[in-house]
Amino acid sequence: MSDMYEALVKIVGKNYVSNQKEERYFYGRDPGLMSPHEPDYVVMPRTTEEVQKIVKLANKEKIPVVPKGGGLALTGLVIPLKGGIVMDMKRIDKILEVNERARYVIVEGGTTEGGLKSYLEKHHPSLRHSIPDAPPIATVVANAVIHGQGRLTQQYGFNSDMVTGLEVVLPTGEICRIGSCSISKYWFSRGAPMPDLSGLFLGWLGTTGVITKMGLKLYPRKKIRDVEVFVTDKEDLVPDILFKLTHTEMVEDINIWCQPHPPMFRENHHVTILITGDSEEELQFKKKMIWDALQEYIDSKDGGFMWVMPDAKPTFLEMPLESLSKFADVRKGGGFEYSGPIVLAEDYPECSRKLAELAVKYKLTYSGMVRVIGRSHCIMFGFAYTFNRADLDEMDRVRKALHEVAEFALEQGGTHWKPTVDEQKMMMERMDPDTLKLMGKIKGLLDPNGIMNPRNWEVG
Amino acid sequence: MLALEFDETKCANCKAVSCLVKCQYIDLDKDKAKIEWQKVIKGEDSPVLDACTTCYACEEYCPFGNHPFYLIVERQEERGMFTAPRPITKQWINMCEPAGKFRLGKVKEQALSFCFIPALRSLARGRLFESALPSWILGAEFFCNVVYLHFAKTSVIKDRLPKITENIEKQGIKELICLHDECYGSFNSLAPAYGIKVPFKTTHYFEYLYNKLKEHKDAIKPLNVEVAYQRNCSARLVPETDHFVDDIFGLIGVDRVEREYDGENALCCGEIIRMVKGYKLADDVQKRNIDDIVNAGAEYCVFNCPFCYMALAEKMAKRGIKPIHIIDLCKLAIGEKPALEVG
Repeated sequence: MSDMYEALVKIVGKNYVSNQKEERYFYGRDPGLMSPHEPDYVVMPRTTEEVQKIVKLANKEKIPVVPKGGGLALTGLVIPLKGGIVMDMKRIDKILEVNERARYVIVEGGTTEGGLKSYLEKHHPSLRHSIPDAPPIATVVANAVIHGQGRLTQQYGFNSDMVTGLEVVLPTGEICRIGSCSISKYWFSRGAPMPDLSGLFLGWLGTTGVITKMGLKLYPRKKIRDVEVFVTDKEDLVPDILFKLTHTEMVEDINIWCQPHPPMFRENHHVTILITGDSEEELQFKKKMIWDALQEYIDSKDGGFMWVMPDAKPTFLEMPLESLSKFADVRKGGGFEYSGPIVLAEDYPECSRKLAELAVKYKLTYSGMVRVIGRSHCIMFGFAYTFNRADLDEMDRVRKALHEVAEFALEQGGTHWKPTVDEQKMMMERMDPDTLKLMGKIKGLLDPNGIMNPRNWEVG
Repeated sequence: MLALEFDETKCANCKAVSCLVKCQYIDLDKDKAKIEWQKVIKGEDSPVLDACTTCYACEEYCPFGNHPFYLIVERQEERGMFTAPRPITKQWINMCEPAGKFRLGKVKEQALSFCFIPALRSLARGRLFESALPSWILGAEFFCNVVYLHFAKTSVIKDRLPKITENIEKQGIKELICLHDECYGSFNSLAPAYGIKVPFKTTHYFEYLYNKLKEHKDAIKPLNVEVAYQRNCSARLVPETDHFVDDIFGLIGVDRVEREYDGENALCCGEIIRMVKGYKLADDVQKRNIDDIVNAGAEYCVFNCPFCYMALAEKMAKRGIKPIHIIDLCKLAIGEKPALEVG
């Protein structure tokens, strides 16, 4: 093993390799509830070529490699379940190019969401990307790889739908370019009109290669943003409210949330509606379209717009939302995890009832956090429970509640988002056998030695 | 159960029916108003109950102090009506439910009430509050609850207000200086109307400011500005305090512009109307009000209620009017910095 250490030092330099207890401890866990498992080595490459050399070495020695971005998924996706090498991508973080007219950016594999946001605000103030409500150290590539969602998801789909090209180091060491960038200097399309090979990597949780560059669509940044919050006490109305809201096509982003604390929020379901415009007139026009779309609920007294006072607006408008991290510490002791299955909007009532039911059953504090994906094509329903890390019993109750959520979500016809290894197994057990076989063939072809993030998407 | 002290005979003998005839949102002549008002008194169906925007103005229009608005609210609740959408009503009721999280200064026999409005604590700074400031109360336990009139929920007030007065009394307070106009209205109009005992003296902060300004007369530099005054809904409950606005303006060298929507004809901030009647009427009320202020040539708009300030400050600033709370205006006159700013 000391040979492996020396070999890694030779690739990246001794400052960027460790096999010491401190680093192995840190890189052996994530902030969620999964049991830790330490890597043998932690390595921080700086270039695609270094990534290539590390992967080639690992493939030759048949040692696992786990590429890691911010490590914030909470579901153990970067815990090295079979040890080996954790490849921390944070040093590969350049923003390589912004094509302002074609509205795309090319970033390196470890570029952070916060870094990209700041860069665009400073250098390309008319452009923005779909920033997720994760801490700013989350990385753009990892977010796309897990099919993350962001502030523009209601308009443009999953953040992975916005990918315009990839550079990938395959598990066998080849460097592939995916999309228009494979034949051109431009990164405007990840596939069309050619075969779209990005699906070999997006959603695979780092089991089919290491993404070292990514092209990503950018979108117009409007000058003004504002927020409205529509409130109803009837969860059964929420799907229809979403249908009507998305029909207006006037909304930037839609989130729904329900929680019993503080008391002013109990009993109600809150639909946060974010609106943008380049002028007051544009904003007012959009607001009126939205107000009119929901007038019938106001007339029936079943729903209404909450008065969002000026000092409360920043809480709703900030990107990413800081209030989520505050929720993470409601119980003090800094524990928080959620299961966020992707389900139909019509499942909202069942999901919200299940959320509260499990909170009662396991004596937990909860919050339901929902993001609308596309024009109400589906939603991510986050079943979030908070816990005190010093309270092992409470942590166990959260685990049990989330396991029930996982079963419930599949029964509803949904799929797990950024699934734990156990949730991946649950999905593969239900998967069409030929589809599963295809996944196995792809994985076997790309990663014949099974070195990439092993135990994830492990078919058969 | 507490009952409204309402005298039917006063209404039977009333020729003017000002409560409805003067209403800015209900268009009835005297004869029709008389008929509809009798229906309200008898607890029958009346379009008045639906049309009410809950602006409180009829409380002031009634020359007999017979509490027409409180009666309307009683009737609305008896019929199970929701003025605002049900979930919004729940939200407001839950928001101000006492939960043992109140805050106290070094409470003495005389205390400032910040109600349940932290912004009032920011406002009450500087020399004008030096002597009174260490003694203050803030929290849902001291919240006046008048706002539930807007939501046709007198029952909440009847339930909570007696406990609120008890909570204040328990602090050993003999004189409460109400920094929220609505608190003063609660203790001096609503409580007596329902026979709720208020075991302490209440002082409106206008009176407090006026007296303090006189104490600091030498420090006042006349502001020499023209201002409009934004009269709020709860001012209708205690119109006897209104003269202090002009008294204060006189002390600090401020001219109140003449305009259409002032005094009895004032328009409210519109945000409650937005909740109970929707955006079209709310936008119309706000636009007419701001247009009126602009046309009257006012440089500042002076606010009494912090919620009116939150509702209108930004909109007024965009039209070139400087919004300012009356406490901040007084501070400005003695060379101190205002606390509330737009944006």
